[in-house]
Amino acid sequence: MEGKVASETREVASMPRLGESAPSFEAVTTQGTVRLEDFKGSWLILFSHPADFTPVCTTEFIGFAEIHPELTKRGAELLGLSVDSVSSHIAWVRNVEEKMGVKIPFPVIADLDRKVATSYGMIHPGESKTETARCVFIIDPEGILRAMIYYPLTTGRNMQEILRLIDALQTTDKHKVATPANWKPGDAVIVPPPNTQEMAEQRLKEGYECKDWYFCKKKL
Amino acid sequence: MPCINPDGTLTPSAKAMLSAVLSPATPEEVAKSTGLPLFRIRSSIREMRETGLVEEKEGKYLATRIGKEKSEG
Repeated sequence: MEGKVASETREVASMPRLGESAPSFEAVTTQGTVRLEDFKGSWLILFSHPADFTPVCTTEFIGFAEIHPELTKRGAELLGLSVDSVSSHIAWVRNVEEKMGVKIPFPVIADLDRKVATSYGMIHPGESKTETARCVFIIDPEGILRAMIYYPLTTGRNMQEILRLIDALQTTDKHKVATPANWKPGDAVIVPPPNTQEMAEQRLKEGYECKDWYFCKKKL
Repeated sequence: MPCINPDGTLTPSAKAMLSAVLSPATPEEVAKSTGLPLFRIRSSIREMRETGLVEEKEGKYLATRIGKEKSEG
């Protein structure tokens, strides 16, 4: 019996992975052409928004502008992105300043050819085939992708969570600890669990606040 | 070209950066003296090198003769 096998070509979008080098790029922004390597030595928060001149995105840009000074204190830079032209970005950030009284201090990538959006998996066709979702990529000073957040088009992001995430990652790096649910600076942190039986027996004698050998906290 | 206006003059931030490399300086030193973020210094120095305003010498950057003239103009 002869039959035809239906062939289907499916486009598979690349997705970045935690703990690996962030995809490199060179992109036109509202502050000139930048490359990922220009941010080496700083933390970078690369985020996408669906489109300029839209209400949820405007509230987010105001939110990002408001946390910008706090991010600067933490050695972190912001870099926005959408599939709009640089002229559109300029017109929008000028409009936000004129109508809302908020100056946008960070650059915004004009990703008209979607090169950066594609390499970071920012376009989710189930949500929109033409716009980027509300993505956040936190890249450390060595260029390693450390955290990702994806929000749908309808839900504005929580700026305090982005600050908290940066604080948590920096605390982990500095003190070699983990952070529990809802952690915020000043709270106790998690001591990495022992990985030998001998270390487990010692752990309870080390002066930490322990619920059991695998679950110990300490104050920094 | 963000450093250069359409009429050929320099933007204020480009002038500040060129003034900071009248003697050899690293991007980090330029960022400190201008108060601009390091990524902008790296990006702008790259463009100013491409347009012959800045040259590199042993890991430091220095305004060329054209760069010095532009920074004064």
